[in-house]
Amino acid sequence: MTDIVNMKGMNKYFGPLHVLKEIDLTVAKGEVVVVIGASGSGKSTLIRCVNGLEEFESGELTVDGHPLAPRSGNPQSLAEIRKEVGMVFQQFNLFPHLTVKQNIMLAPKKVKDASQSEASEIAERLLNRVGIGNQADKYPTHLSGGQQQRVAIARALAMDPRLMLFDEPTSALDPEMIGEVLDVMRELAKEGMTMMVVTHEMGFAREVADRVIYIHEGRIVEEGKPADVFDNPQNERTQAFLSRVLAH
Amino acid sequence: MEFQFQFDWQAAIDSIPFLIEGIPYTLMISFGGLIIGFGLGIFFGLLSINKNWFLRWPATAYIEIFRGTPILVQVLFIFYGLPDLIGAPIEPLTAGIAAIALNSGAYISEVVRGGVQSIDKGQTEAGLSLGLSRNQTFWSIVWPQAFRRMIPPLGNQAIVSIKDTSLFSVIGVGELVRQGQIYIANTFTAFEVYFVVAILYLCITLTLSIILRFVERRGLASV
Repeated sequence: MTDIVNMKGMNKYFGPLHVLKEIDLTVAKGEVVVVIGASGSGKSTLIRCVNGLEEFESGELTVDGHPLAPRSGNPQSLAEIRKEVGMVFQQFNLFPHLTVKQNIMLAPKKVKDASQSEASEIAERLLNRVGIGNQADKYPTHLSGGQQQRVAIARALAMDPRLMLFDEPTSALDPEMIGEVLDVMRELAKEGMTMMVVTHEMGFAREVADRVIYIHEGRIVEEGKPADVFDNPQNERTQAFLSRVLAH
Repeated sequence: MEFQFQFDWQAAIDSIPFLIEGIPYTLMISFGGLIIGFGLGIFFGLLSINKNWFLRWPATAYIEIFRGTPILVQVLFIFYGLPDLIGAPIEPLTAGIAAIALNSGAYISEVVRGGVQSIDKGQTEAGLSLGLSRNQTFWSIVWPQAFRRMIPPLGNQAIVSIKDTSLFSVIGVGELVRQGQIYIANTFTAFEVYFVVAILYLCITLTLSIILRFVERRGLASV
């Protein structure tokens, strides 16, 4: 089985609100899937279900062979999934009481029982990879937004994930810092990382995505290669959305 | 007859050695009580934010009872009331420490609850998504940050509890106020002695304030 993510008929509610409707979606190994849609469409909720930050009410979800039951009914699978799936958040969510390097070392040490020197090695390698090897001993708040988000990516990579989830990774950044974060993501994609990305960066989606998914009111209404979705959208809702976001 | 009051400096100075004998008791009761109170505060504070109602209600009951009744009544109950129940006398010192522990524990529970709840949910999500367990996420990510925010209100509670020990003169613990009362009974120099007692409390609380300010600055510097 080469599918890393497999969703079948998944439904998610926030109280009476039906936020994800009958979602069928597979993500193959090495694939980059970009999820687009208006705010409130359910796109963030969709990827947050993949590592169990949100529970779903019905349907099936399998991540890297581990089945997740509705309402977090399968805690053992969930624990395994979280070890194998990295996540990058809109607000970075770095740990402010730890240095940049300690942020990255924490999970390898706690979850994989890596020694201090092993974890330190991992951290240095990854910080160099995202281009901030010289900031290792600073606290996150002393870095720019773009640097913080690159640390967050390095932190997720430290667990050697099979899948990376990006939840609007550039939405909280000043415009001049968006490029440096997208560059790191582009590199990751090139190296074959499986990725699910929620973003408003249409240029990035067009260039990097293997597949683009458009979500409207909790339903996947369009799905296809970026060129097809962007240049020749079939659904009128996709057309309306794209004309709004691509207009400026 | 003309009344002229004169502050008797000599009487004040003479009282100091006797009064100072009370300080170890004041410190023992307040810090002994506060250390246990901190343990109670962590335990009940964390219980009070549990999702499970069944675990939450004992914490709520404890907090409401010990915040909602005067500490003087609590210590009288422990010292005079409880021995009837357990059939053995309770040492005044023990009763004092227990009262501070139970009382400060209730307030510290609220401090712990507030501190933990003030930490952004994104911190927990980041920890969980890295594969840390709920416990690991809490103790290595949420708690260290929450604790830093708890330092000022904890310091505040420590100062309140130190002053509360003065009430325990009623059960005969030889703390500062009790020493003062004994001294005055022999010398009738109430003005001078209570003045010195007040100054001695101030010495303790100011020292604590200075230490706390230092700790706080160090704690915040690394965030």
